[in-house]
Amino acid sequence: MNDNTLLKLEDLVLYFKTSRGEVQAVDHVNLELHKNKAVVILGESGCGKSSMAKAILRLLPRNVGQYHGKVLLEDFDVMSLSDEEFRRQVRWVKMSMVPQAAMNALNPVLRAGEQVAEPAMIHLGMDKEEALDLARQMFENVGVPVDFLTRYPFELSGGMRQRVAIAMALITKPQLIVLDEPTSALDLLTQANIMNVLKTIKWETGTSYILITHDIATSSELADEVAVMYAGQIVEINDAESFFQEPLHPYSQRLMASVPRLYGDEEPDFIPGRPPSLLNPPTGCRFADRCHLRFDKCDEEPPTFIVDGHPVKCWLYEKDHQAVESAATGTGDAS
Amino acid sequence: MTTDVQANPAANPAVDESTPLIEVKDLHVWFELKKWGFSHVGWVRAVDNVNFQLKHGEAIAIVGESGCGKSSLMKTLLLLNRPHKGQVIYEGKDISNLKGKDLKWYRSQVGYVQQDPYGALPPFMPVHRILSEPLVINGVKNKKEREERIRQAMEEVALTPVDDFLNKYPHMLSGGQQQRVVIARAMILEPKLLVADEPVSMLDASVRVEILRLLRKLQEQHNLSVMYITHDLSTVRFFSERIFVMYAGKLVEQTHIEELLNNPLHPYTVALLTGTSVPDASNAKHLKRVPPGEPPSLVNPPTGCRFHPRCEHFISGKCDVEEPPHLEPLPGHIVNCWLYEDGRTSYPKVASE
Amino acid sequence: MNLNQFREITRYPSAIFGLVIILILVGISIYTVIALPYSETVVKWRGGDMVWQDNPRTVPPTWTNFFRSKKLPETIIFRSTDEGVEKQVTPLKDDLTDIQMTYTFDYTADDFPQEIIMFFTSTFEKKAPYISLTWTTPDGRELDIGDFSIDKTYTRRMSQDEKLTRKLNGQPAEIGLFADPNSENLKPLKGTYTLTMAGLTFEPDSSFDAKTVIYGKVFGMAGTDHLRRDLMLALLWGTPVALAFGLIGAVVTSVLTLVIAATGTWYGGWVDSVIQRITEINMMLPVLPILIMVGVFYSRSLWLILGVIILLSIFGASIKGYRAMFLQEKEAGYIQAAKSYGASNTRIIFQYLIPRVVPVLIPSLVVLIPSFVFLEASLAVLGLGDPLMPTWGKIIDEARTNGALYKGLYYWVLEPSFMLMLTGFSFAMLGFALDRIFNPRLRGM
Repeated sequence: MNDNTLLKLEDLVLYFKTSRGEVQAVDHVNLELHKNKAVVILGESGCGKSSMAKAILRLLPRNVGQYHGKVLLEDFDVMSLSDEEFRRQVRWVKMSMVPQAAMNALNPVLRAGEQVAEPAMIHLGMDKEEALDLARQMFENVGVPVDFLTRYPFELSGGMRQRVAIAMALITKPQLIVLDEPTSALDLLTQANIMNVLKTIKWETGTSYILITHDIATSSELADEVAVMYAGQIVEINDAESFFQEPLHPYSQRLMASVPRLYGDEEPDFIPGRPPSLLNPPTGCRFADRCHLRFDKCDEEPPTFIVDGHPVKCWLYEKDHQAVESAATGTGDAS
Repeated sequence: MTTDVQANPAANPAVDESTPLIEVKDLHVWFELKKWGFSHVGWVRAVDNVNFQLKHGEAIAIVGESGCGKSSLMKTLLLLNRPHKGQVIYEGKDISNLKGKDLKWYRSQVGYVQQDPYGALPPFMPVHRILSEPLVINGVKNKKEREERIRQAMEEVALTPVDDFLNKYPHMLSGGQQQRVVIARAMILEPKLLVADEPVSMLDASVRVEILRLLRKLQEQHNLSVMYITHDLSTVRFFSERIFVMYAGKLVEQTHIEELLNNPLHPYTVALLTGTSVPDASNAKHLKRVPPGEPPSLVNPPTGCRFHPRCEHFISGKCDVEEPPHLEPLPGHIVNCWLYEDGRTSYPKVASE
Repeated sequence: MNLNQFREITRYPSAIFGLVIILILVGISIYTVIALPYSETVVKWRGGDMVWQDNPRTVPPTWTNFFRSKKLPETIIFRSTDEGVEKQVTPLKDDLTDIQMTYTFDYTADDFPQEIIMFFTSTFEKKAPYISLTWTTPDGRELDIGDFSIDKTYTRRMSQDEKLTRKLNGQPAEIGLFADPNSENLKPLKGTYTLTMAGLTFEPDSSFDAKTVIYGKVFGMAGTDHLRRDLMLALLWGTPVALAFGLIGAVVTSVLTLVIAATGTWYGGWVDSVIQRITEINMMLPVLPILIMVGVFYSRSLWLILGVIILLSIFGASIKGYRAMFLQEKEAGYIQAAKSYGASNTRIIFQYLIPRVVPVLIPSLVVLIPSFVFLEASLAVLGLGDPLMPTWGKIIDEARTNGALYKGLYYWVLEPSFMLMLTGFSFAMLGFALDRIFNPRLRGM
């Protein structure tokens, strides 16, 4: 851990209690994020990535089964704070979030400007005038015309609303913003616009991002690092360049191969089968039954190996690579 | 295996496969805007003077962003909307005003695959009922025949083993499986045209290719014409041959896919291609070139060319005054843009970069 | 909506409780309809002294004695035709026959009987038989309590015998004959009493039968009303009537409302507008005054009133609620798809739109049932009840008109009220649980 590390997740666990059993949404996740960097958590539906956002920001529903691990923000474990302390000191102060379908999460009876100003009033103690002023600045930063400050959400297009949601996450100048599928419901050019906004903010303010998405192509617009999530576990963490050219984990490889491309001769491929349910994850490697490189060792859950400084959870890398001793083995006896 | 529907002789004189399956002429789909439900305030010009043809067994892609009119166009072809002006001609017959039995016959000729697979399936019906509905409605009285056809349809979309799926409800299926049920339902009446509206955009990346391949297989095996509507350019190469680009209710460019990808002409098309991301780490290092602004309102579209407020090659006095006509700078490649008035054949680069 | 959801009811104890009660009520209804046929009941209920002769008037149920320190007496009846009666027939000269009957009974109650009545029937041609009565108390006193001749049918109300009352020092028969002479406050003497009836018949074929009824102050499981009718009959019969009224009313209204809402919303345009306007006007119509007018000017038949209520309810406010739901569903993908493969409007309304909303319908239907039941009871209390049928509301109405609460006859009002509350409670419990099952958003509550 060096001075550049902003956030470190150690052995983070979030399980939900449901009438059908325990859903192991976030299963012993380890992740590091450096200052002014963006890490993309890449995964498909049902892999638990949205629960990651909730776990990091402690936005928990009522049916939490298990929630433990370390969330080190600049070396301080925010998991040790009480809920009230967390709300006051961390959430929307140091870390904020743009939730999924944020454009539908805006309060329909509040004007756009007021909504963006609200976090400033609550967390920075500003009065309404000051906060609205700050909101105006935010609108400029995200590219929304300032006369939209007094408009209601229904008067704005989807792209505009998403930008308002980003402004809301920005206004308290957090060090980290977690974005959950920020562009998935938007048009192509609007997506490109939003990514431009996010890039500009990153370069100008030094904010770090955790971008959660299933859209591989769009994620490359922002990614410094990519963490691939499958069935509640992180199976690979790699820097963007290496990842997009030569991913390490078989799942990552198949994912990259399934992206349709505008140019080039290769036809994309798909992965047959379905990801396992998080209710009763299989023992052994969770990707084994869909893996084209499966062999007999895969019946046992692989530890995480460090390949050229990058964690990969796959038996193929056992030879010559060191396994990490932390509880990323996820056998569950740590609970 | 004939059905009561296909035995309708008036509908099928010896069909000449060289004539287009569908022809759209001067199609205008306008929706009336009324204040208080009474007084006429204006028109929403969702589709404005669109012309094209679709041959038997041909697959075309219609590309555009939301509000470009592609959904309205598609719904008009399904006769879920009526044209305001203009005609839709199917196998030589004007279908714009069909009613009653003829309308029902036409509906059996066109299959509809929707964007949201879960919303497209009635949540309270099991799979076998979902698939038997179109058959029952279109007069397939024999239960055994229906079961046969359901089985066949399911095998075609690889929902096997069939018996495992027959009694499942939609919420028990994955997104990909749901979409396959939707496709099976669309195919079960053996249509000649399949209209697919963003069929994979709500599915996971790893499943999209599976569904697109399935659509391609169906097209090849049944000589099916397909209209594939999407805003994701990277999927159009899959099985479409020609591509149509729509903006603000108008067709702005039409050509073959490879030609479009290698030689896009309309500024909007260029913007779409530039805006499409390819997984490449260097993307994070620079901003993308995106045209400013947003698609215009369809109630009061800009005068002249509708893209002019956002166009990097805007010619004042021309583009904002007169609508560009259909120009064909290269054979088979039609574009509506004043840039190509003088025989230019490729997109001019902008000086600033 | 499928069976699995119904099985989920088992997870809600309140619902099981409600369901059990409903099943009991249904059981009672079935039993009542079979064992106590309607036609007979109506006749019986119309009453008349002959039917309910043996019951005391307006007395509470027997089991209330459990809560009393001073036990009230139950009715004691003995007939001349009973087995345990000692009978001695002595023919005398001249066709005279002396018939002596002795009745013995035990009296253990702490209070006096309500009244004492003797019913005689006799056969004779010219001369009626002559009766002499002797009363023997447990402490050995013997009293002559009556000498009289009877008729073919003759009723002797002992309390109204003034001679007897004078003989008993001003106390009417039911008190005087039982009072304990040695106690300071008035209380009956417990023990074995004997009534000796000596009858003289004057003709060879002449005979007589006597029934003596010493009316108690408690009766049966439910007590009696002012016409001596056993309230149990009305409580029992009220059950199927209430359930039928409630069920038919609720089901017909709900289904029709749903269909109307679906049709209007689907077709839109003027159809929708017309239905909405009818609904709005209907919402303002005063239901109760209309029912009163129908009842007064036309007929109070239960089924007619039910029909009018249904008619006034189908364009009720719930149409607006359903309309909102249908408007949303109308745009759903699967509806568009159904149109695209040629489904007719009727098919879409009945097989695609309505099934989607039925899960919401079911809980409100279940909770609607008691509303109808209460409505019927309210109408009865207002005097608009069906003139023939014994229903719970009817009981309350008669109790009220006969001043039950003034007279402290609480059981008369409490019993039907209890049945009403039980019905309402059970359906409400079931309905709320169904609501939580079919509307998962409420599940957390």
